[in-house]
Amino acid sequence: MTTLHTVAATGALKLSWLLLAFPLFGAVVLLLGGRRSNRWGHLLGVAMPVAAFVYGLIAFFTLLGTSHRSQDLHLYSWIPVAGFQVNMNLLVDQLSICFVLLITGVGSLIIIYSVGYMSHDPERRRFFGYMNLFLAAMLLLVLGDNYLVLYAGWEGVGLASYLLIGFWQDRNSAAVAAKKAFIANRVGDAGLSVAIMLMFTEFGTVSFTGVFGTVGSAGSGVATALGLLLLLGACGKSAQVPLQSWLLDAMEGPTPVSALIHAATMVTAGVYLLVRSNPILALSPDARLAVALVGTVTLLFGGIIACAKDDIKKSLAGSTMSQIGYMTLGAGLGPAGYVFSIALLLAHGFFKAGLFLGAGSVMHGMNDEVNMRRFGGLARVMPITSVTFGLAYLAIIGIPPFSGFFTKDPIIDADFTEHGTAGNVLGTLALIGAGITAFYMTRMMFMTWYGRRRWEAGAHPHESPPVMTWPMIVLAIGSVGAGAFLIVNDRLQDFLAPVVGVPPESHGFFTAPGLVALAFALAGVALGWAMYGRTPVPSEASRGSLLTVAARKDLYGDAFNESVLMRPGQWLTRLSVYFDNRGVDGLVNTLAAAVGGTSGRVRRLQTGFVRSYALFMFFGAALLVFGLLVVRL
Amino acid sequence: MSHILAATPSGTNTDSIAVETVFWILAFISVGAALAMILVRRAVHCAIMLAVVMLCLATMYAMQGAPFLAFVQIIVYTGAVLMLFLFVVMLIGISSSDSVVETIKGQRAAAGLAAIGLFLILILSIGHAAIGPAARTTAANNVDNINLTGLARLIFTTYVFPFEVTGALLITAAVGAMVLAHRERTAPKPTQRDLAARRLVSGQLAPDPAPGVYALHDAADRPALLPDGSTSELSVSQTLAPRDPNEETPPVRPELPAPAVTEAES
Amino acid sequence: MSPIHYVALSVILFVIGGVGVLVRRNAIVVFMCIELMLNACNLAFVAFARMHGNLDGQVIAFFVMVVAAAEVVVGLAILMAIFRARRSASVDDANLLKY
Repeated sequence: MTTLHTVAATGALKLSWLLLAFPLFGAVVLLLGGRRSNRWGHLLGVAMPVAAFVYGLIAFFTLLGTSHRSQDLHLYSWIPVAGFQVNMNLLVDQLSICFVLLITGVGSLIIIYSVGYMSHDPERRRFFGYMNLFLAAMLLLVLGDNYLVLYAGWEGVGLASYLLIGFWQDRNSAAVAAKKAFIANRVGDAGLSVAIMLMFTEFGTVSFTGVFGTVGSAGSGVATALGLLLLLGACGKSAQVPLQSWLLDAMEGPTPVSALIHAATMVTAGVYLLVRSNPILALSPDARLAVALVGTVTLLFGGIIACAKDDIKKSLAGSTMSQIGYMTLGAGLGPAGYVFSIALLLAHGFFKAGLFLGAGSVMHGMNDEVNMRRFGGLARVMPITSVTFGLAYLAIIGIPPFSGFFTKDPIIDADFTEHGTAGNVLGTLALIGAGITAFYMTRMMFMTWYGRRRWEAGAHPHESPPVMTWPMIVLAIGSVGAGAFLIVNDRLQDFLAPVVGVPPESHGFFTAPGLVALAFALAGVALGWAMYGRTPVPSEASRGSLLTVAARKDLYGDAFNESVLMRPGQWLTRLSVYFDNRGVDGLVNTLAAAVGGTSGRVRRLQTGFVRSYALFMFFGAALLVFGLLVVRL
Repeated sequence: MSHILAATPSGTNTDSIAVETVFWILAFISVGAALAMILVRRAVHCAIMLAVVMLCLATMYAMQGAPFLAFVQIIVYTGAVLMLFLFVVMLIGISSSDSVVETIKGQRAAAGLAAIGLFLILILSIGHAAIGPAARTTAANNVDNINLTGLARLIFTTYVFPFEVTGALLITAAVGAMVLAHRERTAPKPTQRDLAARRLVSGQLAPDPAPGVYALHDAADRPALLPDGSTSELSVSQTLAPRDPNEETPPVRPELPAPAVTEAES
Repeated sequence: MSPIHYVALSVILFVIGGVGVLVRRNAIVVFMCIELMLNACNLAFVAFARMHGNLDGQVIAFFVMVVAAAEVVVGLAILMAIFRARRSASVDDANLLKY
């Protein structure tokens, strides 16, 4: 079990607040500047994340150069109440610096890409403002040194996600999708906030050092409760089952948004939360098993959905759901899985962002068409995009020596060594998932880039401008090499060991589960080629089997939510309104009527005759004297 | 005289037979007069009965060793205040009287009930209270054995502040009465010349005839008879309601409606 | 002949005066009944003075008389003003405070 020992920030890390300040400044200027900043807005919007990335690199190398790799920077005292002290502190340690580099690096690339992608949009400045806001909030999330600051960043990214999904304000579908995302996230947020409250009641503190230091004395019941609540929070933010329904709808937003928020960074916040809370999970095997179970269910869920979607972005979203399922599964395996979970997260950031940007490039060239049945044969027309897309494809399906092989297979491997028989079942399912991943990605490749051209009339696909292709190239390089860079020679493992612990002795790369996974992947590729590469793809979707129909309907996730949550909720509100109108209003009105009626009777005492008033006075005097008499007696 | 008026300091029954007899007689008279006061119809009769009660009370004050108060009662209360009442009765309506019918339902019954209740309670409380015999040193309290100087000593030493305040009250009351009774002139006061001019124009040069010319009736509210037998409204003051000149005297309940059998003569 | 007889008489006169206030309709008669009640109180005070053996009761009775006089003055002036305005001296006619 690891504990967190921090020292005060020194040297260059004392300016770590710049990481927040740059994007926040950009967001404020762009959002408050209004239309006046339209001309130069995108330049500022790009400069700020790049500046943050530069500082992130400086901080990373500073951290590498020192032996104190957990440094705490105190900004100010946020909640200085007796009995509940919360400071706005930034924790720069190994785990958070990985995320910082991912967020600012991939974020800068995507924002440079969106200069080109959003060039025709008159609201581009607002877009950059929101993106910078998102970056600031996400950085706050990963840099906070206590759960409350993390929660503040958590809520901030939720807000940014809402604003960005609903960016095109004239589209009703976008607004509905944004609301859905926010509400589903809210359910998860409830879990996280209850976890924080529980931490406060049990430990009196919510800072990482405080909680991880005292959680050992709290007993496994508290640890299990905390673990499950944190899992609920992670499910909401990372679109894991049962809170997965919003991710596919979130594709209503512009493609850079899907790439940055719903692939590379925001949806990984849940994994960050779980990995950061590893001392809590270490005390509760039940919570870990629950995490692994959720991850496994989700990776199958997402994979099956992705197989049936014709919309390229929705298919990629299903893929994201599935890959994050792998990461969650890794986070449920204890120290054996944390490192690989983070490694997969970092590699996924590269290849999934690359895939999304590629899809955006295709859409840009095909007049925002997303239906893959209208694509086909684009490889010759858009060569750069097809190559980068292809490299990311190879990475995701786990072909050595690309990233996915080095990062995904150790997770499957660790599956079989942990959790006993349950682990074996989960591992088998993960293997099947690998095959499904290969299938749907191959399907996507063949439907989009090869085969007959099924374009709409009037489509002129063309390669994207350099401002869009260069980020994709950089990301493709990352997709190719990131996995090997991180895993070979245990580089990431040694780096993160103080934070997440050391996995038990590794078995190398070509273990039995790893080879079986590779076999499944190749089988998936073969099936995909057989169904979509060899036979021509029909322009209209066929009726499909029962599973296909179900997968097209997101495996009835929406229907389930509606029937189990929405309709009872509506019934409840209608019932409440009924009770309010009849019950409460009835009560109030009856009371008013009673008072009115009584006063109508009582006012007849006011006859206007002085003599009756005199009579009352007389009686009153008699009563007074009588009272006096009684008292005196 | 003071030895008669002052109480004799001995025993429970401290007064002499004479005093006791006088008390009982006066008691009956005053209670009877009070009852009559609330029962008679005409306001003037009520005033007379009240005067009788006040005089009885004055005598009782004298019997209890308060000669000053007795005379003040007669002079101020009966002589001034009651006369004030009579003046007002004259102004407002000397013959105005209440009808027997009670307009508020249940008022008389309730009043009777309240009265009996209060009476019983008060009698109970004073019976229960420790009312001792007359104290021995009443006479000694009077400075130089004179009641008046004793009172004066008290008023101007212990009770000087209430005295001053009461003085202010009297002034305020007098000023207030003047303000209330004052009638603002809406037109300039007519001079003698204006009055004479008006009289010339009106056609009536002579003053109004005097009322009650007839030998049988000599009241201010009887109109005078003109030579042709008709009455002259000019002869009766407008504040008084003129009466039918052929009425018999004295009029008994002139405005009595048909005898109400339901209302008892209470 | 203890003072209690005087106090009892005072009680009787007070109650009679109270009944008169409640029963009579002519405003002046009502006023006179109030005067009767005040006089009854005076009698009681004088009886108490005799009982205690000092003159405080008499002084109070004296003040009561003074105040009663002032009250009569003002009250009758008000009555006159009302009569001038409404031509009626009945207390029942002043019933504008009716509900």
